Amino acid sequence: MPKVTVDGEELEVPEGATVLQACELAGKEIPRFCYHERLSIAGNCRMCLVEVKPGPPKPQASCALPATDGQEIRTDSQMVKTAREGVMEFLLINHPLDCPICDQGGECDLQDQSMMYGRGATRYDMNKRAVTEKYMGPLIKTIMTRCIHCTRCVRFSEEIAGVDEIGALGRGEDMQITTYLEQAAEHELSANVIDLCPVGALTSRPYAFEARPWELKKTLSIDVSDAVGANIRLDSRGREVMRALPRVNDEVNEEWLSDKGRYQVDGLSRRRLDKVFMRKRGKLQPASWDEAFKAIAKVKPGKSIAAIAGDMVDCETMFAAKALLKACGSKLLEGRQTGMDYDVSNLAAVNFNSTFAGIETADAILIVGSHIRWEAPLVNVRVRKAVKRGAKVFVVGPHWDTTYPAEFLGEDLAVLDRLPGHVSDALSDAERPAIIMGGAALAQGAQKAGVALADSFKMVRDGWNGFNVLHFSAARMGGLMLGYAQKGGMADIVKAKPKVVLSLGADEMDFQPFADSLKVYIGHHGDKGAHAADIILPGASYAEKDGTYVNTEGRVQFAEKAVFAPGDAREDWTILRALADALKVEVGFDSFAELQGAMIRDVPALGEEGLADYGALPKADGAAKAKGTIASYPIKDFYLTNTIARASAVMQRCSAELLHGEDMLEAAE
Amino acid sequence: MLQDKDRIFTNLYGFQDWGLKAAQQRGDWDNTKALIARGHDDIIEEMKTSGLRGRGGAGFPTGLKWSFMPKESKDGRPSFLVINADESEPGSCKDREIIRHDPHKLIEGALVAGYAMRARAAYIYIRGEYIREAEVLQEAVNQAYDQGLIGRNACGSGYDFDVFVHRGAGAYICGEETAMIESLEGKKGQPRLKPPFPAGAGLYGCPTTVNNVESIAVVPTILRRGGSWFASFGRENNHGTKLFQISGHVERPCVVEEALSIPFGELIEKHCGGIIGGKDNLLAVIPGGSSVPLVPAEQIWDAPMDFDGLKDLGSGLGTAGVIVMDKSTDIVRAISRISYFYKHESCGQCTPCREGTGWMWRMMERLRVGDAAVEEIDMLHQVTKQVEGHTICALGDAAAWPIQGLIRHFRPELERRIEEHNAKFAEAAE
Repeated sequence: MPKVTVDGEELEVPEGATVLQACELAGKEIPRFCYHERLSIAGNCRMCLVEVKPGPPKPQASCALPATDGQEIRTDSQMVKTAREGVMEFLLINHPLDCPICDQGGECDLQDQSMMYGRGATRYDMNKRAVTEKYMGPLIKTIMTRCIHCTRCVRFSEEIAGVDEIGALGRGEDMQITTYLEQAAEHELSANVIDLCPVGALTSRPYAFEARPWELKKTLSIDVSDAVGANIRLDSRGREVMRALPRVNDEVNEEWLSDKGRYQVDGLSRRRLDKVFMRKRGKLQPASWDEAFKAIAKVKPGKSIAAIAGDMVDCETMFAAKALLKACGSKLLEGRQTGMDYDVSNLAAVNFNSTFAGIETADAILIVGSHIRWEAPLVNVRVRKAVKRGAKVFVVGPHWDTTYPAEFLGEDLAVLDRLPGHVSDALSDAERPAIIMGGAALAQGAQKAGVALADSFKMVRDGWNGFNVLHFSAARMGGLMLGYAQKGGMADIVKAKPKVVLSLGADEMDFQPFADSLKVYIGHHGDKGAHAADIILPGASYAEKDGTYVNTEGRVQFAEKAVFAPGDAREDWTILRALADALKVEVGFDSFAELQGAMIRDVPALGEEGLADYGALPKADGAAKAKGTIASYPIKDFYLTNTIARASAVMQRCSAELLHGEDMLEAAE
Repeated sequence: MLQDKDRIFTNLYGFQDWGLKAAQQRGDWDNTKALIARGHDDIIEEMKTSGLRGRGGAGFPTGLKWSFMPKESKDGRPSFLVINADESEPGSCKDREIIRHDPHKLIEGALVAGYAMRARAAYIYIRGEYIREAEVLQEAVNQAYDQGLIGRNACGSGYDFDVFVHRGAGAYICGEETAMIESLEGKKGQPRLKPPFPAGAGLYGCPTTVNNVESIAVVPTILRRGGSWFASFGRENNHGTKLFQISGHVERPCVVEEALSIPFGELIEKHCGGIIGGKDNLLAVIPGGSSVPLVPAEQIWDAPMDFDGLKDLGSGLGTAGVIVMDKSTDIVRAISRISYFYKHESCGQCTPCREGTGWMWRMMERLRVGDAAVEEIDMLHQVTKQVEGHTICALGDAAAWPIQGLIRHFRPELERRIEEHNAKFAEAAE
């Protein structure tokens, strides 16, 4: 542990720390533009200059200089002050004075740091540089004249996303940041460069000129667009969610967010169910809450009532429905809408046990039936990190564009029983071998074979559990913990012929077999579920209610309510509570706090934020054989996987432009 | 004056053929096996004795530089020698002459130096504009391969050594050692941060030494004639012979090999036929290629042309590309043109150089016609100070120094132009 002195204060810093980190440990703020904890060190903005002794008699870039024993670092000397002023002045000579019309205004590193470290005025009175506009796709708005060439965006695409799409052309003053052939940046994490950009060169296109940061209410929430459970912040103004930004959580999303999680929020104010609807003479017509509840009570379901949970519901909603059904005497709960019926007697066997942070340290990974890049872009980032550390990756399933070297072993699942020699060698030689099973593999009934494979390669060992299932529904793990699973899956529900089917935002299920049931849709978007429903009770989306979510690694997380639901829509649990009254049963809670208390009494793990403990993996069934082929992955269109995204104009445009190749620009002309 | 017998570059003017046969007659490739047989450390010691300082401009002791290379590869990484033939400094043209007329000196030097530093191969990065020179060099390399002088079991020494010629694409910055390594790897030529230094992680992450063409080409002769012979030229700490490239207002511009520390006046009178219009017509001299500050006539005449002598004058030897300017020169315009060069060649990676070079050039253009205020001279000086020492590589310094030199020595001229210009406008306004 090297000992250094920062501004006269002596401290020990960890081995391998940089001078910049040492200064931060000493509580000194070091201005910077190009340096970013999660990216490689570029050292090109020169803003972080400090004075270091021993060393040459000139200021040193602290971000790139290793801290060594006996260094004397000064951040408050005249030399440092002048150096910062100089660099700041250089950065500003070609930066337009756009702040009043710039979306970065108010949250701009350049603005803040020029206030703190710059000179009062510029001495440069000649013409400023102007840069032609670049096109970076439907999500990223560019005003490249503002660019200060920190290359954070370049490094992000190259290092984190693994897609070499952004780079620098030209040199000197004429250097410009651009995408390859000025095409849209086509990957699922592209919009993170907006957060990384320290100035207003890359801003959010859908959010352009919508709001100022100081007008926004900030609410801590959880992303529900996939099962990663990325920590997000919802910025809202009045009753509208203006944008979603990632929060820092090293365990989950680091500080990234998928484009879908970020930009589906405009779907929250489109195609909303804001009234009660009832099907009268084959047509959905507006109705009152009273009418609707009476109609449900008239069916007299008794215990013939089922609840199907959608992909984005919170645990509280699911528990409220469960409590209602229990009071009615029914246990017909299911969340796996598409009919999967894998064994859930042991949740460890359907969990991402390595954890996201852990999978980074794996050294051999077998991916079975998962298009990770689409099903969980942020997990793909972790796998890429593992590969950069030397991990080998093999994939069973149809080909998709990995962002790292990976070997595809074909679509036939039988390969699991007779892995090619080099694959089994890689897995058995690995210190931390892992398997990741996706929805496509579970649908083929390969789960047991996966457990057996994990057992034969001893993937569970001291301090390491390499068996992973990657879900892509935010509600999945929470639903399984609450018992939303029948032994035979949806087929069991169909067989039971319930009089009433409650669809809790379930849009992917097949409503055809329930033609004789009264279908009640409790949800927030007018999508497939609402079209098939007999009665629609407008509910709240994830932004409009407090709720608990469990991600695919079994991490319990809590999201807060950002805005109120539109129109007549109510928070889902209140609807279910009122329905209990209509059906004249007792559910045992009258407030959200009581509901939560009851839920935690039922499933204590949901009361503690953090990883839930599912115990050990079940004993492997040696006879389990995988068969069948993975013809395709469940996600056909990354941008349109849920009702919110499908309602979002931004996501529709992304889908059309980035996936389906329509040239939106031409069409607009 | 250096005697003919002590010249290293005996075919500098191309009076003889550059080919292998002629080179061998001049003494190149003469029992190179024996040189290699002396062993790695012995060669490095001899180089240290010779006092050879790098001929690329910075003047770092060559033997010492080689000794930083790892003695053995602990992790199987090979070592590389990169030879910097990207001679793009305005005023500099010595590597061109060596490659044109004496390429075998360079190739033999590459083998011996590469052996000394335990390198597996040498990459000669030659300036893109040197088209004929690259052809000559490639042909010379082919000749050497054909004769078994390099390649497997080079010169029968049992050492395997390859030489690759790589052509640049015309960027000045690729002459900076780490930018050259980036460029060799196929990336955009931008200097890397140091540390890590190339001797630890250079080309393809392997230990690498980057040397100038001249530094490498003199190695075989030094080893044959002994380090003490080389050290007998020049002053303490500035030993050896050096190629001076004199251009500008002299009667006969030339490239000439001379002992270091030769006084400027002697160099000009003996080899160049003196200044055009006589000694009194001399205005200023840029003694080491465009990147060093100029030295006014009265200071330069008796100054010894070596690293320390010119440093004492606030300038530097650089590549010894001596640019002589007589009194017909518009000195402000000359420096402004140099500023434009650096603005054009800045790689754009780091802020002070990217933004500062443009600012300095624009300011110089205004000073050229006097369209400025007197205070702006001080401001310009401050700007150069804000660039100098704040950048990743030395291009920022190189852009700042000529302007600093101009302000230091020709401030009255700048002020005169400003006054003249402003007076004109004052009259017009009346």
